[in-house]
Order: sequence, then structure tokens, then C-alpha cells
Amino acid sequence: MMESVLQFFYTNKEAIFIIALTIFLGLEVISNVPSVLHTPLMSGANAISGVIIIGGIILVGHADLENLTAGSNLLNLVLGIFALLFGTLNVIGGFVVTDRMLEMFKKKKKK
Amino acid sequence: MDALNLTNGDIILEFVYLLSALLFVYGLKLLSSPDSARKGNLWAAAGMLMAMIATMVLHRDSDGGSIKGANLAIILGAIAFGGVIGAVIARRIKMTAMPQLVSFFNATGGAASALVALIEYSNPDNQSGLVTLLGLVIGSIAFSGSMIAYGKLNGNVKDIFTRWLTYINLVILAIIAALLLYILFGSTPAETKQILVYVLLAVSLVYGVSFVMPIGGADMPVVISLLNSLTGIAAAMAGFIYHNEAMILGGIFVGAAGMILTLLMCKAMNRSLINVIIGAFGGGGVAVDREKGVIKEISATDAAVMLYYSSKVVIVPGYGLAVAQAQHICSEMDELLEANGVEVKYAIHPVAGRMPGHMNVLLAEADVPYEKLVEMDEINPDMPKTDVVVVIGANDVVNPAALDDPSSPIYGMPIIKVHEARNVIVMKRGMGKGYAAIENYLFYGDNTRMFFGSAKESLQKLVTEIKAL
Repeated sequence: MMESVLQFFYTNKEAIFIIALTIFLGLEVISNVPSVLHTPLMSGANAISGVIIIGGIILVGHADLENLTAGSNLLNLVLGIFALLFGTLNVIGGFVVTDRMLEMFKKKKKK
Repeated sequence: MDALNLTNGDIILEFVYLLSALLFVYGLKLLSSPDSARKGNLWAAAGMLMAMIATMVLHRDSDGGSIKGANLAIILGAIAFGGVIGAVIARRIKMTAMPQLVSFFNATGGAASALVALIEYSNPDNQSGLVTLLGLVIGSIAFSGSMIAYGKLNGNVKDIFTRWLTYINLVILAIIAALLLYILFGSTPAETKQILVYVLLAVSLVYGVSFVMPIGGADMPVVISLLNSLTGIAAAMAGFIYHNEAMILGGIFVGAAGMILTLLMCKAMNRSLINVIIGAFGGGGVAVDREKGVIKEISATDAAVMLYYSSKVVIVPGYGLAVAQAQHICSEMDELLEANGVEVKYAIHPVAGRMPGHMNVLLAEADVPYEKLVEMDEINPDMPKTDVVVVIGANDVVNPAALDDPSSPIYGMPIIKVHEARNVIVMKRGMGKGYAAIENYLFYGDNTRMFFGSAKESLQKLVTEIKAL
């Protein structure tokens, strides 16, 4: 068990580097955000977490459409399509609603 | 894919992912300042679009096969369908329903991550069992937790507040950990493990429900940003499966940002994250004995006169304003007062409302310029110079017990010091206690006048009276 944990660290060492640095980057970029922007920031970040949609595209993209009856191919395709649907809702809905909120903030400034 | 038959397309794809990841970071950076926020959102969206298109055109599976036309048609169909629904919901929904909507979109992200992880678990090419299962667990918790949060904000789900739920939650967490370890390291045939993965999915979904269930009211902003953070982490876990830098970086970045916002909200309540999750209020110090005094009511006419002839008025909005949907009438009163030369500002407590920044969105919808919204720390020094403070549907965030009563459950929480103002008008439906069910001595203060009724009706009366002056 210990060995496989160490193995995991070794095979993913680049990714772990990226993560460690990204966490610091996230802390740096987001700290000191005025409370006016808390909601849009949260909702914009939420839209970014819809990046899982890439996973959905890969899954559905390489689904074997000719052998749907074999194994769990059909089930996986259906689940993959749902993942894509949910991911798109998250991405498009998230960015659109964030834009709508920020548009509201902007409009007021001119007044 | 093999390093030997790496094509130009593969290399371009990697660069596009890198560029997308950078755009996410750049976008969020711009999003954290009011003037550039809208641009930031668009940059992040552009990064997402690039990554999506590049994946469709250039991605190849481990055998080197690219995405076929029929598959592409399904993908585009699903994206068009989901995109139209998402855009319509996002455009049409009322601004007052924003907390629910943010929770709903967060739930969809969690669900997508959980589904991707579920499918990838059974993929024999997938070597990263640990991250796959973590993605499944975190994604499911984010999904069911966000749905419960959605239900609560929408008023469909009630808070369940019991001590034993905390212990049940700890037990469920232990089960999740045990299942995870057993699936990873146990020596059972693959078919049994596949079933255990479904069990793990179910238990995680249950945990999301039971973890959000007891948290409510003023703790909602903490839980919403925490769930947001979890969705990001779940997406990052899925990114590991595909060794996809855009997913890993984007996900972790969102996770870190969400965590900061979560801790910021906790700080605004002077409570630790653990304390919020477990649902225990502090307290236990020595109670301060004080005179309760008497409740003094004010009539709409008197209140109108008091406000109209002031020079400096501060409005403290709370969840009550959102519930009554009284933001427009509040803004109307503000304009009437400003027309008479009264300086009107809004004091925003970081945890006022049900999500981070809730009051700002609500007031922006009612055309209140954001320069008039002042943060707690900035407005507190001005309080003694303020003629009238109008507290609309806020309670705990203006309770002076947080400053001087060690026995109070909210002792130590930073508050808006409205009791230091010359006069305070508190708009409240009745004498019921706030979310934390704590006595508020502000209401008995010498300079406090109570104005009972729903925020919308009370403000309507005030506006009518002010117009008559």
C-alpha cells in the first residue's frame, strides 16, 4: 500500500508540482477581492470548474458507436452524454449569468 | 498516446490547453477588480471555448484514433442542447433567485465530474484509480450538497438541526474512506469492486445531503462557496485521469479560490470552518446581566420626517430585504432622500444574505450604484457621525452582544456598529429572533426605534410619507 502511494507520487510528480503552485497562485489572485465582486467571482469560478466538459467530450468522442451492445458501451455513452449536458449547463449558464451580473454593476457606474 | 507517434496536432492541443489554463487564471485575476471584471469573465469563457474546440478537432485516444464525425455530431448536439437551456435559464431567471441558480450550476458541474469518473473507472486504460475515485466522491458530494443548498435557498428544504446528525456524518465519512481504501487496495475480483464503486457513489451522494442538511441561515454563504470549491477539485481529479493540464489547473485554481472565499466568510463570522460544518455555535462564557429596557416603536410619519431631515443615512440590508424583495422600493426611498440632499450609503456585512456578495447583487439589480455600497470595516468609523441607520431585515450582523457579551454564541463576530449611530430604525416583521436565535439588545437601545411589518410594506409606507413631505 505504501509502495503504491509512493508510486503514485512519482508518476504524477509534475502534476503535483502544478497543483502546489496553482494553490498558491489561486490564493494570490483571489485575496483582497472587494465584497461587491464575491458573487460574480464565485459564479465565474463555478463556470471555470465546468472544464470537466473536456472529459465529457473525450468520453463521447471516443465512444464506440459501432459496438454499442458490447459490454457497457451503451451505458457509458448515455452517461457520457449526460456528463456533457451537465458540463455545458455549468459552463454556458455560469458564464452567461456572471456576465449578466457584471453588466448590472457596469450599467450603474455611468449614472 | 505514445511519444513515438506524437503528431503536430497532439502538440498543438497541449499548447491550446496551456493557453486555456492561462486564460482561466488571467480571467479570474481581472474578475477580482470591479473595472475589469466583465472582461475577465469573457477571457475565461474564451479559454474554455478554445479548449473545447481544440479537444473536438485534435484529441486522439490511446490507439491514435481521432474523434469521428458521428461522435462529433452527438457532442455538438449535446452541447447545443445544454447550452441553449443553460443560456435561457441564466438570462431569464430573476436576480433575486441568484443564490439558488449559482447552487444549481454548481450541482451540474459536480454531477458531470462524478459521471466522468464513474465511466473512467471501468476503462482498462485508466491507471489512476485513486484520483478517479476521489473525483467520484467529491463530485457526488458537490452535486447532492448543492442540490440541497438549492432546495434550501428556494425554500423547499428545511434545516434539520440535531446533534446526532453530526455523528452520523462522521460515520458516513469513515465509510467513504474505508470503501475507497478497500476498492484501491483490497484483493477482491474486479466485478465486486465495480459494485462497491456504485455503493461508494451512493454513500457519497448521501453524505452530500446529510452534510448540508443541518447548515442553514447565516452559514449558507460558507457552505455555498465550499461546495463551489469542491466542484473545482472534482474537475481537477478528472483532469488527472486524462493528464489534462487545462482541467487540472482550472479545477485546482477554482478549488483554491473557492476555499479562500469560504475562509473569508468564516472569518466574517469569527468561526472556524470545522465549527460551521459541525454546526455548533460557540458560547459558554459568563453571561452579562443587563437591563432589557423597553421596545419603542416609531410611526411611518415620524420615521419619514427623521430620514428626510437628516444629512447622513446608512441603510443596513439583510436577508429580510431579499425575502421581501424590497430592493426596488428601498432604492426608490434612497433616491427620494438623495433628492433632498441626504447622503445615503449602504453598509454591507460580508455574510449578510445567503451567499457571498448577496446584498451587492440584490442592490445592483435595483440600480443602486455600487459606489454607495460600503464594506463593514470602512463604514464602522463613520457610525457616530451618522444621523439615522435603517436596519432592513438584518439581525445578528448588528447585534452588539458580539462585541461585549462573552456568553453570546456570536461573541467575537465582527458587526456593523449601528448602535453607535445617533438614531437607529429597525425594520422587522416582529420580535422573533434571528437565525442564531439570540436576543438582540440593539432593539432595546435608547436610540433605537422599531418599525414592525414586512420590509416591502414598511418601505412603501415610508416612501408614501416622504413624498407627502
